[in-house]
Amino acid sequence: MKSIIPRYTREIPQRARLEAAKCTKCGHIEFPPRLVCSKCGNREFEPVTLQKTGTLLTYTIIYTPSENFSMQAPYALGIVELDDGVRLTTQIVDAAFDELEIGKRVEIVFRRVQEEGHAGILEYGYKAVLLN
Amino acid sequence: MREVAIIGVGMTRFGELWNQSLRDIFVEAALKAIDDAGVDHIDSMYVGSMSPGLYVGQEHIGSMLADYLGVAPIPSSRVESACASGSVALRQAIFEVASGYSDIVLAGGVEKMNDGQDTSYILATAADQEYEAYFGVTFPGLYAMIARAHMHRYGTTSEQLAAVAVKNHANGYLNPDAQFQMKITKETVLNSTMVADPLHLFDCSPVTDGGAAAIVVPLEMAGKFKGHPVKILATAQSSDTIALHSRSDLSTVPAIGIAAEKAYKMAGLTPDKIDLAEVHDCFTIAEICATEELGFVEKGKGGEAAESGMTALDGKIPINSSGGLKSKGHPVGATGIAQIAEIVHQLRGEAGDRQVKNARIGLTQNMGGSGGSCTIHILEAM
Repeated sequence: MKSIIPRYTREIPQRARLEAAKCTKCGHIEFPPRLVCSKCGNREFEPVTLQKTGTLLTYTIIYTPSENFSMQAPYALGIVELDDGVRLTTQIVDAAFDELEIGKRVEIVFRRVQEEGHAGILEYGYKAVLLN
Repeated sequence: MREVAIIGVGMTRFGELWNQSLRDIFVEAALKAIDDAGVDHIDSMYVGSMSPGLYVGQEHIGSMLADYLGVAPIPSSRVESACASGSVALRQAIFEVASGYSDIVLAGGVEKMNDGQDTSYILATAADQEYEAYFGVTFPGLYAMIARAHMHRYGTTSEQLAAVAVKNHANGYLNPDAQFQMKITKETVLNSTMVADPLHLFDCSPVTDGGAAAIVVPLEMAGKFKGHPVKILATAQSSDTIALHSRSDLSTVPAIGIAAEKAYKMAGLTPDKIDLAEVHDCFTIAEICATEELGFVEKGKGGEAAESGMTALDGKIPINSSGGLKSKGHPVGATGIAQIAEIVHQLRGEAGDRQVKNARIGLTQNMGGSGGSCTIHILEAM
């Protein structure tokens, strides 16, 4: 989908800086931040930054992507649980597909995610790499 | 609240309907349902459709479809819950009739997916656009991650996934409305292109054009019409997080179990009383999860159920006698109503070569996205 500048800008705190919200009542961390805690219903939060290390919970290799990812296929995509309990869907890069395994340790890095054609916005965000 | 029955169903042939537009497809299905029911008018209609805006650039289809069906000025609305849109439309029809607000309501579903748009992108709008799709998620990719978690936790194999596709194609072979009326073998599945590891092309339901419709009336009036009635025992719906990664158990689809518990309670039944089921096998792993979450087998045994023949046409609990989404096709907005059409045909004993013996109580399970919404209906023969 075409990005407009305000939307792209609005998403920078999460995509680039992993800014999240911690519930002041139960301590649950919401990523992205929400107005209502999904665990206890509280409406007050304090800002936190997510931890950058975690564990791979499941993954796939995408061979048939949507058109805007067609130049990247095949690519690995997984669900990672960070050490603070937050879960993300993210690409897993810089690894051979046969190195991937449920339970492996990963680290979040900042990378280019997609681009809009030849002259559109370059869109950045987080990806995961394997930790040895 | 009044008890409710379905007295007529209709569907188009599912497939690549190059010569039919969205409106043509819907009207064909709706007229078949109206004729099957033998009603001379309808009081209102609800149509499930996931994304006519992205597929064919048309919103406001409630108005358009009432216009082309020739029933305007009756109320007509589109209902959307991704791939569960059809069954959610049925729920609105049930509520309107049960409440006494209307007597004859049409519930329909339609999707025109083969008009040249990027279907991987459109379907991924049913996932979290900002936190899943942005990073390159596709629908096969989401279910592939569920499949890998299921395999890791329970030892489910690619052969067991393939057994679901083989069974559903064997059933679809007997269904004249199915998109793919062909039998396949385990090797067909395992040797097909990898779409999202571990899911092969033949683990995935196809891209389909199609429509389906049902006519809902109060049970007490059902005898007045030509169409042989089927009673609705339960309608239930659940929601879950839109993002797969936010769910505590990645090896299943929890929304199915939650809706199932509500549906069984409403019907006053236990899973062993169900004679057959149409479940949402958008991917083979989804049928395995549904078989478990509906209580037909314990968690982790869904793959075995398909492999052993338990869910075959002549098995203990036949699943997807129509061919399922896999073989019959999956025009997303129409799927929930097409499942209802199959169960109505089965309970009336008019399912031809794929008729399940002694079918008295049937269940449908339809879901949206990776399980962010789920709808279940239980129907009884009369």
